[in-house]
Amino acid sequence: MAGRAQIATKSSALISMIADEDTIVGMLLAGVGNVDIRRKTNYLIVDSKTTVKQIEDAFKEFTTRDDIAVVLISQYVANMIRLLVDSYNKPIPAILEIPSKDHPYDPAHDSILSRVKNLFSAESVAGGRR
Amino acid sequence: MSGQGQGQRLTVVPTVTVLGVIKARLVGATRGHALLKKKSDALTVQFRAILKKIVATKESMGTIMKSSSFALTEAKYVAGDNIKYIVLENVKTASLKVRSRTENVAGVKLPKFEHFSEAETKNDLTGLARGGQQVQGCKAAYVKAIEVLVELASLQTSFLTLDEAIKTTNRRVNALESVVKPRLENTISYIKGELDELEREDFFRLKKIQAFKKREIEKQMNNSKQFAEDQAAENLSLERGISMNAAHNMLSATQKDEDIIF
Repeated sequence: MAGRAQIATKSSALISMIADEDTIVGMLLAGVGNVDIRRKTNYLIVDSKTTVKQIEDAFKEFTTRDDIAVVLISQYVANMIRLLVDSYNKPIPAILEIPSKDHPYDPAHDSILSRVKNLFSAESVAGGRR
Repeated sequence: MSGQGQGQRLTVVPTVTVLGVIKARLVGATRGHALLKKKSDALTVQFRAILKKIVATKESMGTIMKSSSFALTEAKYVAGDNIKYIVLENVKTASLKVRSRTENVAGVKLPKFEHFSEAETKNDLTGLARGGQQVQGCKAAYVKAIEVLVELASLQTSFLTLDEAIKTTNRRVNALESVVKPRLENTISYIKGELDELEREDFFRLKKIQAFKKREIEKQMNNSKQFAEDQAAENLSLERGISMNAAHNMLSATQKDEDIIF
């Protein structure tokens, strides 16, 4: 029905990343990195010197750019801007939390799964299966 | 059955035609309600299926990321720690991108991503003296990781879109069930009540008129009987030359006067 958010059919869109150095290097090696003519990149390397403000700004920028379809974000970075991530509810671009080398995947903090846990309190999504 | 309405009804003129119109609307609402419920059920089934896939894929993503980062460490070990800078320097345009399509699932348009590599994967890693093979291996591992991640992103967006679609459909189902249908039913009973009352009014009026007419007729009959009696008495008095009174008395024939001899 009309009125809902239009889902664009893009023929080519980028994957953006906000993660630690190693993950970003690996992804860049695979060919995901993009630098356009205005020297704007589609990734942000997060290390000990990056401030939360910088991360927030990058997140906001990536989610408002319309040539980005996926935002990969390390889980520990996502924890730093948990409020922003949780309040984001547009289907595109998709926010995906990935584990990093030092922080293995923790389903308890994933924004998607936590939302689901509220819906299906009977099923334990994160832990074992029935 | 349906939820308790607030006793509200539509404001209409209580006629038979309007009753027909409202009845048709109620039938439409009932059918729409059943259809929407089916749609909601179908969407919920899809929803749960996607959820299961998401959970499975997230777990596999964890393992793949681990193996690819392991490959990266290997490459770093062999080629020296400088690959970081070399890779960072060599970023130009992305060669791995995603394409988004919409798929129609049970009437809901869900977005789906698929990755595709554009043109050449630029292998311009100049400055990398050693460890070319490791670097290639690492790259392949990361490409595989990206594939899994793209699929996961696709699942996640479908999940969110389905969630919203389900909420809207359920909202419509509830609205039909607890607002629209009771309102229409109340309107129908109101119209029926008014029509019945009109009919009773009519009936009552008819009965009253009948009774009135009956009384009129009786009065008329009495009048004409009286008139006929008078006429006969007049004739008698004219024939016999007696007074009207005596004629009346004779006609009434209740008393027998001895003096009168016929």
